[in-house]
Amino acid sequence: MNIVLSTQNLHKSYAGQAVVDGVSITLSKGECYGLLGPNGAGKTTTLRLMLGLIEPDGGNLSLLGHAVPRHAREARLRVGVVPQVDNLDPDFTVAENLLVYGRYFGMQDREIETRLPALLEFANLAHKRDVRIPALSGGMKRRLTLARALVNDPDIIFLDEPTTGLDPQARHLIWQRLRELTAQGKTLLLTTHFMDEAERLCHRLAILDHGRMVAEDSPRELIAQHIEPQVVEVFGERVAAWAQEHAAQYSKRFEVSGETTFCYVGDAQPLLAHLQQHGELRYLHRPANLEDVFLKLTGREMRE
Amino acid sequence: MSAHHLAPPRLSLRFFPIWRRHMLVWRKVAATSILGHIADPMIYLLGLGYGLGSLLPEMGGTSYMVFLAAGTICYSTMNSASFEALYSGFARMHEQRTWEAILNTPVTLDDVVLGEILWAASKSLLSGTAVLAVAWLLGLSHSPLSLWLIPLSLLVGLCFASLGLIATALAPSYDFFMYYFTLIITPMMLLCGVFFPVTQLPPLWQGVSAILPLTHAIDIARPLMNGVAPPGMWLHVAVLLGYALAGFYVSLVLFRRRLAQ
Repeated sequence: MNIVLSTQNLHKSYAGQAVVDGVSITLSKGECYGLLGPNGAGKTTTLRLMLGLIEPDGGNLSLLGHAVPRHAREARLRVGVVPQVDNLDPDFTVAENLLVYGRYFGMQDREIETRLPALLEFANLAHKRDVRIPALSGGMKRRLTLARALVNDPDIIFLDEPTTGLDPQARHLIWQRLRELTAQGKTLLLTTHFMDEAERLCHRLAILDHGRMVAEDSPRELIAQHIEPQVVEVFGERVAAWAQEHAAQYSKRFEVSGETTFCYVGDAQPLLAHLQQHGELRYLHRPANLEDVFLKLTGREMRE
Repeated sequence: MSAHHLAPPRLSLRFFPIWRRHMLVWRKVAATSILGHIADPMIYLLGLGYGLGSLLPEMGGTSYMVFLAAGTICYSTMNSASFEALYSGFARMHEQRTWEAILNTPVTLDDVVLGEILWAASKSLLSGTAVLAVAWLLGLSHSPLSLWLIPLSLLVGLCFASLGLIATALAPSYDFFMYYFTLIITPMMLLCGVFFPVTQLPPLWQGVSAILPLTHAIDIARPLMNGVAPPGMWLHVAVLLGYALAGFYVSLVLFRRRLAQ
């Protein structure tokens, strides 16, 4: 079975407001797929629909060959979930958390205990086996949550913002583990609003806005298709006046955001030469990235 | 409210890992918990029993202490299940997000709610048994029939766990539970014959008392403590079971609606 998850035209509304509006996604085995979107774009609701935790208002959904939500329970036997907000059992130790969670999958204690050492090793928590949850750092809790999602040896793992709130060291360790999982043939579906995370990890991703998929492709293709290859960010107090006079002349497209002007260009040389003569403006020249695509497609306005 | 929220409960044995989870948490605080289960009812039983009992020659044909013992056992089983279903249940549903973690596994909400009810009822069983044991030690019952109070504690626990979960399903925060205790549990304690016979109440309040579940629990418990088979027992059992089943269904519907948000 190569298709692990497929949704067609998923819809979900709350109080007449469409939260998920025509989402169609197909995931193959071993793929890491990202759902990107501003807050409130419908990422978490899409995940909950896929897990069969809420009923869609329309559309079809099949997870590991089971129709969801009707047969969500059977599908979830082979699914792991890393939720957005930590929900480990604070009264238990690291090992007890894994043991108790494994039982929900109908696993025997002996079976779970056989898997324990490898899970603790994977989470770098072998030395914390008998430590209670409140004594763990944020990164350790996340790693334990990831290990807990693997207790039933799932085929697909859903991760809702797996590295939000972590320091760079902790994030890099999680990324490394996620790459190991895809290398083992596990399928991953993750939501994030860290563009570097999506760019590093995801084979393919969808950008969601107001519940709609506004783009779907590999990170490289999205950048190639939606945005000019080079970006020059120009900063300084007088940047607005400068942009009005010169930006259009040197860039294909530009955007002013506060004291920064983003100039999107095919060839940066003429602009850079020009900027070198305007000593009062600072600038940064870089290749276009996923964040540029994201901001172009979803806009720069705050979403609250 | 959509139609699938109203579907009948789908029961399975998957509630058992949830019950075991609650048990494992409880085992870590078992000593304090058992002490609490015994201390509170004992304070009522001994305080009122000796204090008030010395002024009263007898009540309902027995000494006041003996009269009070049956009421205290029932009211402490009611309290155990209510506290567990309200405060601990709310913590697991809302604050600790334990339910959320469980619902990501093959366990369903129906299993989770059943697990909560059976766990809260287990605590009632423990509490009822503990107070019964103390009543025996104090010589307040000599009849082997009083051992029937042990399964009765479980039934009373099921009833009040189910009713309590309705409040949990509706609660925006812990403060909400004040209403439940002030408006439901405390009046129940005063109207259902824990401290004095229901026949002392004005007729209107006797009518109210007759539909409250704790009255039916005490109507079973008090004769058993005195070694008498309770008259009309099956009706009382049916009322308690009815409350338990209705509470289970209503709370489940409300939880389905709440968690679908």
